[in-house]
Amino acid sequence: MSSNYLDIIRPGINTTFQDKGRDHLYHIGIPFSGAMDNRNYLIANKLVNNNLESAVIEFAYQGPHIKYSGEKINFAVTGDVIFSIKKKDTEIEGKCYESYQIENGDEINVISTNKSVYGYLALGGEFDLKFQWNSCSINTKANIGSNDGKKLDVGQRINLKKINSNKDIKKTNYINTKIENIRVIKGTNFDYFSEEGKKIFYEKEFTVSKLSDRMGMRLEGPKIDNIVNTNIKSEGLIKGVIQVPADGNPIIMLSDHGTIGGYPKIGVVASVDYDRLVQMSPGSKIKFKDINLSDAETLFKLYEMETQNLLSQI
Amino acid sequence: MIKNISNLGDAALYCDFGNEVNKSINSQVIKYFKTIKKKKFEGINNLTPSYNKLIISYDLKKTNFKEVKNYVENINAQDSKDINSKKLEIPVCCHENFSMDIKRLEEILKLSREKILENFLNKEYFCYMTGFIAGMPFLGDLDENMRAQRLETPRVKVPKGSVALTEQFANIYTFESPGGWNILGNTPLDVFDSSKEDKPNLINPGDTVIFKEITLDQYKNYNE
Repeated sequence: MSSNYLDIIRPGINTTFQDKGRDHLYHIGIPFSGAMDNRNYLIANKLVNNNLESAVIEFAYQGPHIKYSGEKINFAVTGDVIFSIKKKDTEIEGKCYESYQIENGDEINVISTNKSVYGYLALGGEFDLKFQWNSCSINTKANIGSNDGKKLDVGQRINLKKINSNKDIKKTNYINTKIENIRVIKGTNFDYFSEEGKKIFYEKEFTVSKLSDRMGMRLEGPKIDNIVNTNIKSEGLIKGVIQVPADGNPIIMLSDHGTIGGYPKIGVVASVDYDRLVQMSPGSKIKFKDINLSDAETLFKLYEMETQNLLSQI
Repeated sequence: MIKNISNLGDAALYCDFGNEVNKSINSQVIKYFKTIKKKKFEGINNLTPSYNKLIISYDLKKTNFKEVKNYVENINAQDSKDINSKKLEIPVCCHENFSMDIKRLEEILKLSREKILENFLNKEYFCYMTGFIAGMPFLGDLDENMRAQRLETPRVKVPKGSVALTEQFANIYTFESPGGWNILGNTPLDVFDSSKEDKPNLINPGDTVIFKEITLDQYKNYNE
């Protein structure tokens, strides 16, 4: 029996363990999974002196309420998240991007994300989790990963197999920026859509629908008219692909997406904008902006440098 | 042969082998898939073969479109003779408990239940690809007179093991999932097993599958 563990008092809406995800499995039907917002995932680990690829708790909207038992440990929350820390007689409001030390009997209550979707809770140590294909990321659709591939549930106990000896408290001043436009590269079926449809795609606003999850983000708005065929012969998908089914409403493939699809691809979200895309909550307005491949590659490089820079300052 | 290579977003190569769906084009796709998979090019992190396309995903932190395209253009996939394929028999029970869409198929195909089963069973089908959900095989081709469209409204839950048809293809639902294919029967076999990490899929692209009918009793006793 482990002497350091968490008890889940309230699991939250969609709370899972995530890490870097798993690769080389598309051909058998398994997507990458992994933390949706990769930058916030990495920062969370860095703030608690973890290996950057360690597993963290990812939550969406309402987060978990947990009680900790064991020796002293650090934790940090990243994203735009409202949470509190309850110690013996006091309850304080927590701040994102700062690590805190908790001890036996303390509670962390992640109340909600603020005008965003995903947040991350990292503990300074290693959870005792099952790995499948080198990742403990939970894919609830295929029931793959740790926790039998299921989201965290009330009353569960989660053991830690290691606690970091480095308990330095860390802090960074990161602010999650929102972007108005999501940059997209033209898809392989861009010419399936009418001139009017293409214009709508770039010029009109779309609203993120409530039917969005780790698999995909559904959008509502003016219909995008297809003039060639509303189906294609099924072929591979990648995250960020924007498919437009017969009803004319775009669907963006996210980290747990089906690996094969038969709807025309109008565009693909540039990698540089993926972390910010997934944080757009239902009701948010999205506008797409055309970008070419070479600009997308350059912007991603800059984004990646910025991430490394942020991490090195923690 | 690859007819055209383009980019799918900024982190994947889209290799187009043509528009038709047939065994010869698909075998080309699979040859490329297996050759590239074996070579382990730094930065390539996923490969998705389908009927007539191969999508090659890569880590944009490690490589880029130009490098991967150049690499793929210079591969000699013809050399990989061994595509290492198996022939598999899949037991299927078509008892009314399982064949949820038999009435619909009888109407659309204008064939009796007996004729539908006769046309479907004991024939060789080629596995073009696996995916959508983990391990789901896309098998073909069904006889010309066996081709039906998807359900107009997909089911929210298709039972695990369902053997189903659409157009020229058959598939097997490896776990409970939403789906719109016409369900003809159910197999007691585990077609996907995530606990077998090195071989989770029973059926792989390039394999040949033959469906053999079993009775309800045989079905019930199958896993005992």
